[in-house]
Amino acid sequence: MFYRDAGQFKTSYAADMAVFPLREDRIGLAVILLVAFAVVPLFGSDYLLNVVMIPFLIYALAAIGLNILVGYTGLLSLGTGGFMGVGAYACYKLTTFFPEVNIVVWILASGLFSAMVGLVFGLPSLRIKGFYLAVATLAAQFFLSWAFQRVPWLYNNNISGAIEVPGRTAFGFAVTGPSASPSVRYLVVLGIVALLTLLCSNLVHGRIGRMWMAVRDMDIAAQLIGIRLLPTKLLAFAVSSYICGVAGALLVFLWYGSAEPDVFSITLSFQILFMVIIGGLGSLLGSFLGAGLIYLLPIAMRLAAPAIGLDVAPSTIEHVTFMIVGALIIAFLILEPHGLARLWQTLKQKLRVWPFPY
Amino acid sequence: MVRHAFAAGAFALALGAGMLAGPAPATAQEGIYVPLFTYRTGPFSGSGIHIANGMRDYLEMLNARDGGIGGVKLLIEECETGYDTKKGVECYEAVKGKKPVMVNPWSTGITLPLIPKAAVDKIPVLSMAYGLSASADGNRFPWIFNPPNTYWDGASMIIKYIAEQEGGLDKLKGKKIGYIYLDAGFGKEPIPLLEQLAKDYGFELKMYPVAATEMANQSSQWLGVRRDRPNYMIMYGWGVLNPTAIKEAVKINFPMKNFISIWWPSEDDARGAGDGAKGFKTLNWHAANANFPAIQDIVKHVVEKGQSKADKASIGQVLYNRGVYNSMLIAEGIANAQKITGKKQVTGEDVRRGLETMNLSAARLKELGFEGFAEPIALTCADHNGHKASFVQEFDGEKYVPVTKPITPLTEKVAPLQEAAAREYVEKNTGWPKRTEPCDKNS
Repeated sequence: MFYRDAGQFKTSYAADMAVFPLREDRIGLAVILLVAFAVVPLFGSDYLLNVVMIPFLIYALAAIGLNILVGYTGLLSLGTGGFMGVGAYACYKLTTFFPEVNIVVWILASGLFSAMVGLVFGLPSLRIKGFYLAVATLAAQFFLSWAFQRVPWLYNNNISGAIEVPGRTAFGFAVTGPSASPSVRYLVVLGIVALLTLLCSNLVHGRIGRMWMAVRDMDIAAQLIGIRLLPTKLLAFAVSSYICGVAGALLVFLWYGSAEPDVFSITLSFQILFMVIIGGLGSLLGSFLGAGLIYLLPIAMRLAAPAIGLDVAPSTIEHVTFMIVGALIIAFLILEPHGLARLWQTLKQKLRVWPFPY
Repeated sequence: MVRHAFAAGAFALALGAGMLAGPAPATAQEGIYVPLFTYRTGPFSGSGIHIANGMRDYLEMLNARDGGIGGVKLLIEECETGYDTKKGVECYEAVKGKKPVMVNPWSTGITLPLIPKAAVDKIPVLSMAYGLSASADGNRFPWIFNPPNTYWDGASMIIKYIAEQEGGLDKLKGKKIGYIYLDAGFGKEPIPLLEQLAKDYGFELKMYPVAATEMANQSSQWLGVRRDRPNYMIMYGWGVLNPTAIKEAVKINFPMKNFISIWWPSEDDARGAGDGAKGFKTLNWHAANANFPAIQDIVKHVVEKGQSKADKASIGQVLYNRGVYNSMLIAEGIANAQKITGKKQVTGEDVRRGLETMNLSAARLKELGFEGFAEPIALTCADHNGHKASFVQEFDGEKYVPVTKPITPLTEKVAPLQEAAAREYVEKNTGWPKRTEPCDKNS
């Protein structure tokens, strides 16, 4: 009733090919952006910004990065944590060498280092596929974790082996360090995530995205219609690692404030991979939904127990959360193997024809 | 399908609404809010549960016996960190709004991100004998407290103990000492000191790092130990690392009397290795039994009323008492803050002053019911640590028994290192705030 395409005529090719062809979708997106950019920083509590929104956006960005590789190009990767770490350590080194440069510039630049590392570890992808590629990227993960532990140059010979984020300003505002206000940090994260999401949206809806998807669906057929496999796959690795690297730099600089090498372990890789699978392979929206489910659900459940007056020990909640989240993931995968993004599409389809389903 | 979708949507909406509201706002109830970061889950829970019980039970006992501190009830709340930095930071954000008088992170990984925040949020951090060793420098880190000794002090005391066994520091020459450690900030910190001591005294240092993911599988490290045949082994471990290392040491027939650990292994850690673990040694700075009036009060007011999660046998054990010691410091910091300010309802800023002027003399320990529990300790504005002596205790198959007099740290070796590390930390973090907090007279 409120959501239908009747009466919305497309009069140009551009309108026909738009990412959001329906007026309702465009309005919805505008409302979400307005809430994200204006309402949340103005009215959100510190807790909402620090614990809910900033980590959610960072995870969503990392999930988008991995989704380009796994969802769009069909190359399974377990090295996400390592690539995120490269971004974080690169940003740390860059800002110690050139402290006067705007930190936002370094966060965006640090992704380039991770893209380079991604290119190197992406080389085998031409020859090996599927699980075998996953094992090769696993090697990348282990190698990078090892490097973060064992190369003192990376953490400036810090005695505790951790990287500690120095206070930096951008455009006159403190962005990193303890004196940065949560709203400033949130807006920086949101700005970067929105920018990179837009970039990815344009990539995947254009020629490059189609090349990736062609390779994903059948690489021999893609080769036959003139797509060169190696550059296409390597480009996917580079773009994916770039985005993961930026997400890693954001994670340490705008969320944790300091990080031990353990942060970028295989656990992080799996977490991001689960977000992509639950959210929906090959969907940008799915990356956000997946990050939301995996990261926010446990937090919400921790808050929900006291809110409804249950007096249980925090450790019990932790155990129960573990079980419920696990069960939910299985349930989601059984009910909708294509992820939350597909669920959303189905819902939209139903709404379109409601109240006269056929 | 559509029903599922709607159900999921409604569920998500409900959760979202809960999240927007954030954690329940501070209770209107009068009281001093003391959050405890604990880990009763995860790979480190074997150690964490005892600590959590000890910390909680002592504070609960104060509430039950004295009605809190200075007549103000303590609002105790646990936050589960699972020894995970991410969850620890989340816990910190969750408790920050409720005006805590201090936080006890109980993990070096969680302490590090909180160090710069402490001065901004005006919440002191009490990282008892863990965290950043350099933060013992009160002039540079006015908000961080890490009594009663640092990991560097610990390493130097172990070396001193070994030297005593050999007949003097000069007898260390040519000896081989192995160092097995958790490959994280905690285990890495003593390395520069050990390397320097190795150079100064001419012993050979062999290192066996254990990654946090590989704690339960140390066969390759102990194969290395068997090959290198070190005369002594030093261990800096936590969680599953400790029992595994002890078991492996027993398996390769390493002489247990030459196996000395920093202060973290519990009785359970050693007991798992059976009779072979007899002779295993650790450092400690407090008693490991329950024969103190304060601990008997815990039994009477908390445990026997069924309000403790602790298993009765664990009361008085090393890690339980460690938690009690930690809470004793918390309580003393608060009591001292009340004394200085004359206020009953103290804030984080007051408790920072309270901790800084803390003077737990022998008389005060007796008053608290802790006579002989630990050495007296006094903190000053410049020294937030105390660098107190620790003794070596030996596992006799059932419990730990002290085998030495308290050993003082090698201050002349540790102090320059601490000074250099603190200076470097401040230099690296450009814009590190200068200490502006005035220094109170020690009461």
